[in-house]
Order: sequence, then C-alpha cells, then structure tokens
Amino acid sequence: MSMLPPAPPRLALTGIVKRYGGVLANDGIALRVAPGEIHALIGENGAGKSTLMKIVYGVVAPDAGEITWDGRPVAIADPNAARRLGIGMVFQHFSLFESLTVTENIALGLGSARPLPALAAEIRQVAACYGLAVDPGRPIHHLSVGERQRVEILRCLLQRPRLLILDEPTSVLTPQEVTGLFGMLRRLAASGCSILYISHKLEEIRGLCDAATVLRAGRVVARCDPRAETAEALAEMMIGGRVAHTTRPPPRQSGPPCLVVDRLSLPPAEPFGTALRDVTLELRAGEILGIAGVAGNGQTELLAALAGERRVAPARIALEGRPIGGLGPAPRRALGLTFIPEERLGRGAVAGYSLAENALLTRLDARTAPHGLLDRRAIRALAARLIVRFGVRAAGVAAKGRSLSGGNMQKFIVGREIDAGPRVLLAAHPTWGVDIGAAVAIHQALLDLAAAGAGVLVVSEDLDELLAIADRIAVLAGGRLSPPRPVGETSIEAIGLLMGGQGTARGMADAATA
Amino acid sequence: MPDGFVLLALLVATLRAAAPLLLAGFGELVAERSGVLNLGVEGMMLVGAAAGFIATVATGQVLLGLMVAALAGMLMALLFGLLTLTLGANQVACGLALTIFGTGLSALIGLPWQGTPIPGLASVIWPGLDAAGPVAQQLMLLDPLLGLALLLPVLVGFFLYRTRSGLILRAVGESHEVAHALGYGVLRVRYAAVLFGGAMAGLAGAYLSLVYTPMWTENMVAGRGWIALALVVFSAWKPVWLAIGALFFGFVTIAQFQAGALGLDVSPHLLSMLPYLATVVVLVLISRDETRRKLNAPAALGKPFTAAG
Repeated sequence: MSMLPPAPPRLALTGIVKRYGGVLANDGIALRVAPGEIHALIGENGAGKSTLMKIVYGVVAPDAGEITWDGRPVAIADPNAARRLGIGMVFQHFSLFESLTVTENIALGLGSARPLPALAAEIRQVAACYGLAVDPGRPIHHLSVGERQRVEILRCLLQRPRLLILDEPTSVLTPQEVTGLFGMLRRLAASGCSILYISHKLEEIRGLCDAATVLRAGRVVARCDPRAETAEALAEMMIGGRVAHTTRPPPRQSGPPCLVVDRLSLPPAEPFGTALRDVTLELRAGEILGIAGVAGNGQTELLAALAGERRVAPARIALEGRPIGGLGPAPRRALGLTFIPEERLGRGAVAGYSLAENALLTRLDARTAPHGLLDRRAIRALAARLIVRFGVRAAGVAAKGRSLSGGNMQKFIVGREIDAGPRVLLAAHPTWGVDIGAAVAIHQALLDLAAAGAGVLVVSEDLDELLAIADRIAVLAGGRLSPPRPVGETSIEAIGLLMGGQGTARGMADAATA
Repeated sequence: MPDGFVLLALLVATLRAAAPLLLAGFGELVAERSGVLNLGVEGMMLVGAAAGFIATVATGQVLLGLMVAALAGMLMALLFGLLTLTLGANQVACGLALTIFGTGLSALIGLPWQGTPIPGLASVIWPGLDAAGPVAQQLMLLDPLLGLALLLPVLVGFFLYRTRSGLILRAVGESHEVAHALGYGVLRVRYAAVLFGGAMAGLAGAYLSLVYTPMWTENMVAGRGWIALALVVFSAWKPVWLAIGALFFGFVTIAQFQAGALGLDVSPHLLSMLPYLATVVVLVLISRDETRRKLNAPAALGKPFTAAG
C-alpha cells in the first residue's frame, strides 16, 4: 500500500447503535475500510462483531448511525441492496442448499436469471482465475467443508464485489487450505476489492490484514496495524486485561489404557454423514488424547459411538478392559465414562431448566434421588458446588440455562462431568464459541483431571487448542483415524496434511479436470 | 382385431382411473417440494368434486364446472395456507382437519344433488359420441382434462428441474432459512405452491364427479386423496416414480374390475381393496433404500417458517 489514493473510503460507519432489548450490541461504532484494504474486525464472542456485519449486509437495521459507501451516504435495507452496492458476504455457517448442485446454489445467490450451462462455464472460469477448485455439477452434500466455503466465495466473486466480508472463514479449514485462502484474498485485494475479515485467530490476522479494529462489549476499544502488534497485545486489547495462561503439570508416565477402540466401523446415521472406517485408538489413564480434523469427517459418528448414543458390537469399545460397545449412555456413565457434547444448549443442557435441574441431568443417582425421590436440597447443593468450584458466573442455582453466557454454561457442563469423578472424559469442542477467560479455565480443568489420573479424549477443530493441552494427537479424516503422535514430535503442517487427507486429493482432482 | 380393441379399452380405462391420482399427486408434489405437507388432499378433492358437479348442473356448462372445481380446491388450500403459513399452525393437524372439513362440507352442499344424472364431459365435447364406432368411442373418452393429467408429469418435471422458478421452489423446500437469507419470499412461494396443489386436487375431484362417473355421491373420492399423498412420499418426490405409481394404481383398479367380470370367486370388498394395497406394497418396495429417500425428501418439509428468525 505504498500509494494512498485520494479516493474516499469504500465503507465508512459512524455512530452505529443497535440495541437488543436492554443490551447494547453496538454502541456508537465507527469503522473505515479503504479500497483494496484487508481490514480485520476482532473481538470476543458477544463483542458485537456479528451484529455490525449484519448491519453492513442489510440483515438488521441499525437504531442510529450513518453508513457511507464510496463517500455517499447509503441506507442498506436488505441483503439484495447490499449485493447491489457490491457487498458480498461469506457466512460462518454456510448458506447453501445440501441437495442442489454448485451451479444451482450459485444461480440462487445471483439476482439475475442466467441459463445454468452458461453459468457453469462462468463458474469454471472465475474459479480457475482465483485458484478455487470446484466442480460446478456436484451436489453440495458431496463436498468437503473447505470446498463448500469455496462455493460461498465463488458466489460472491461472480457478483464482482467491491467489499467482501468473511466471518471466521478459517475455522473450518486445514492449515494448507488457509494458506490457499489467504493467497486468494491477497490477489482479490490487489485487484481493488476491500476485505473485511472477522476472526479471533490473532496470528492469522497478523499475517493477513493491513488494519484492525478491536471491539469489546459493543464499543471500539482500539484501532491498530496488526502487523506491528504481538498476538499477546491484540488479545489484551480484546479482553481488556491480562491473558491468563494454563499451567501445564509436568509430563508424567501415562498409565494403562483406559479406553480402547478396536477396528470400529459404523455407517452414518444421517444421509449426509460420514462412515467410520476401521477406527482404532487407545486412550491411556493420565493423558489427554486430541482428535483433530475438519468438521464432517466422522467426529459426530465417533462421539456418538463412544458416548453410547449409538450402540455397536460390545467388543469394539472397551472401558478399562470391559466391553461396553453394546451399552447405552447411562450404563457407560455409571462405569465412569462421561461426555461433554458439542451442543451446549440442546444436548449438554436444557435452556429452560434451572442450573440445579441441569446438574441433575447427568447426575441422577442415589445421592440426588434416594429411593427414586428427588432430594431437592442435595441437588441444589450439587449445583452450588459446581458454580463455586468451576467459577461459573450465574445468578444462583435457580438461574435458567439460557440466562448464562456461552462460556459460563460450558464451564458448568464441563464442571458437572468432571465433578462426577470420571475414569474417562469425552469432550467435544469444549471451548467452541467460548470467551478466552472461560476457555483457559476449561483447559485447566481438563489438564487437572488428566493429572489426577483420568483419561481425557478431546475432539476439536481448533488445532491450537489441541497443541496446547493434548499429549498426543490423532487426525480423523474421511472416517479414518490416523495413528496418534506425541505433540512434541509433530507439526501443524504434518497434522494439516493428514486433515486434508481426502479433501486435498479430491480438490486436486477437480483442479485437474477444471 | 378384438384383442387389439380389448387392449385399447384396457389402456383407456387405466389412464382414466389414473387421472385423478396424477392430478392430485402432482399438485401435492409441488406443494411438498416447497416444504409444505398438506394432508388435506382428500378434503380438497371432495369439495372440488361437489362444487364442480353443482356448478355444472346449475349452469349446464361442464367447462365452467371444472373452473369452479379448481377454484373450490384453491379456496380450501387458501384456508390451509392461512392457518399453516400465515399463522404458523401445525401442518399435519391442519391437513387432517382440512380433510374432515372437506368431507363434511361436500356432503352437506352435495346432498340436494345426490343422484342427479348429468352427461359426462366426453359426450359434451364430442357430440357424436353415441353414434360413433366402438374404437372411436374409446378414443373419445380421452378428454382434455385427462390430457392435462397425462401432461402434468412432463410439465411439473420441466418446471422443477429446468426453470429458475422451479429451482427457487426446490430451494425453499430445502431450507427456508437460507432461501430467506438470500432474499426469496418463502411464504409467497409456498402460497403459490399450496394454491397450485389445491387447484389440481379440485380438478382431480371434478374428474371423478364430471368425467369418471358423471354424478355426485357422498364421499365419492373414496381414499384416492390419501393414495395420492402416499404416492408422493413413496415416489421419493420424483415426478417419474409418481407417474408410474399413479398409472399402476389405475391399472390394478381396472384389472380388479376385469377379475370381477371374469367371475372370480373372491369377495368384491377384497377386490376393491386391491388397488390401494398393491400400490402401497409396490411403492414400499421401490423406496426400500431409506438413505436415498431421506436424501430426496425436501429437508424443510412440514416445518413452519417465520421471517423473524
């Protein structure tokens, strides 16, 4: 960016206010994005990033504030108006139709009627131009997550955008795909398109973005050049204080195997699911075993089989030498295997229940319900203990599940399962969508549990998380599990190649035919 | 030559027996592809049959009767749309209620007209019908409404898979959230689809009361609406299989009459059960592959949509 054009900013926001009930989601936000600039918008969950982007994309209307586009004030009434201005958005949760083809999906995203064969040709051409390998004729449900994202991006590119918004685009990609995406974004920016990049991955932002705006609790708290800051400094701007760190207990001799999976194969339960193929793993007492992989590669199926939501042949899964494959979740829990599911509200806890009732969900035993009758006092005492022991910020044991922030609800669920004194704990995406403080607390609780002699299995898409807490890491790709490697003897690149296993091979085949 | 004539007669009879299922089935297919499960097909057919019959007798105009039947079906569908689309009520419950309502309403308004004979559509369109030879008579039984029923699979298939509007309709049935986020009017598309389904069900009913057996009797649809619904599901929402299923039902209906005429010593009640039973069994066999059926099912089928989300 050596020559600064005298042109007005592509997008300028001033004094944007958005209120949801009593909560100020955006409180007087100002933001300027120059033409051709890659601008990072960073902040914790709930800082107001998503609300602001929805305002820019015309999904919600601001209560106050002004938007100017190329120097002209504009009102963006709906996404169609945003698209007409030249704003494209790639959502975190893809807005694609599973059963339709790539071409049909893109046709639906474009306002104009165009014959599908001509559109398919144009898709191939734009895809080749930006190095995005996608086959226009394939239905979406055949595509990997990375390929789906390419479809979303292609849909935006075909509209010749002048501002592209990406919401947490790398959370679903392998490290190699991230490198490819960044190359594509730099080329796009060099051609004059501005990019607004939302993320909480600070190292990526330092490597990609020209400018950054930091949000906290609905306000802009800092503007900086991320290339000139450390990740630590950016994190402190985000949370407004020192970043706590986990203390890792000294590595110890890991114990005997406590959870053994032997050549487990399982067809998917859902039409768009992934089959498990010959999965073998051995979790030892006292260790944290991380399972990395891009979502949709069999994680859901593996967790369902391990937790007992789906039964398999008894001998396929053994808990401390006992075959448990044929048991359901409750008997497994009684044997000392507890489970933190991926959806907090819905599978981990009930939004409309109090914390006391939520504590009871997996802790219904002789202490909380002697002779089949609920002991209210014991249940409340249990919930109160969890709140204190795991630092859950809540109004009390009677607070409803939905009144807690994501991080606090997750701390409560993690605490509930750890407090049960498991021999083996399964944790699915334990810190997904959780603020930094809660994530540190949850990681510490998992480390402490392993140090106390339990086996902990963590399934996560967040490689940094696994590298920080796991002793060994295995990779699930296309329903197959790689042999685990000690964290010290592997690298992000090596794990990334394993994660791409199937996806890259397919992507390259597509590129060859395109 | 007599063999050829028997075959022709059999074919014409099969097509005529299949026509109401084709009409009602393809109407419902379009509605379900947009994500709306309307279990009121039987009720809409009955109201269409009664209204079309009354209008024909009252005015002497069969074409007017057909229009009234389609309109009556659409009014029923509009009622269903108001409840389930605008007010977001449960589609299964409302569909069942619509059938019960249609059964009662058609019996009530049709009561004074019960047993009134009218000339069938064929003899109105072809004035020389009675004087024509046997082969020509058979051919003249192929009326325009039957023609529409036979064209529907092609028309609906072309609409769904070859036009932009059809793509949007399928998209709305696949995920109304995504379609809404892209700026498509989910409720508008669904209203249009449901109204089309109502019009087709009304015509299907009128085919029975004006063409197939030109008279009105209470509950004369006799479960064909339910079979049309079953056909849509078991055909995995595919036009081709739906057409095959409807024609198969028509064929077994006629075969069962032939069996009766041949003097087989089987209870006529068992025989009249046969088309329903055989159709369901065949379709269940076709759709054994559960994964494939789930894959084809409109993912948003039966789910209410509110734009607030």
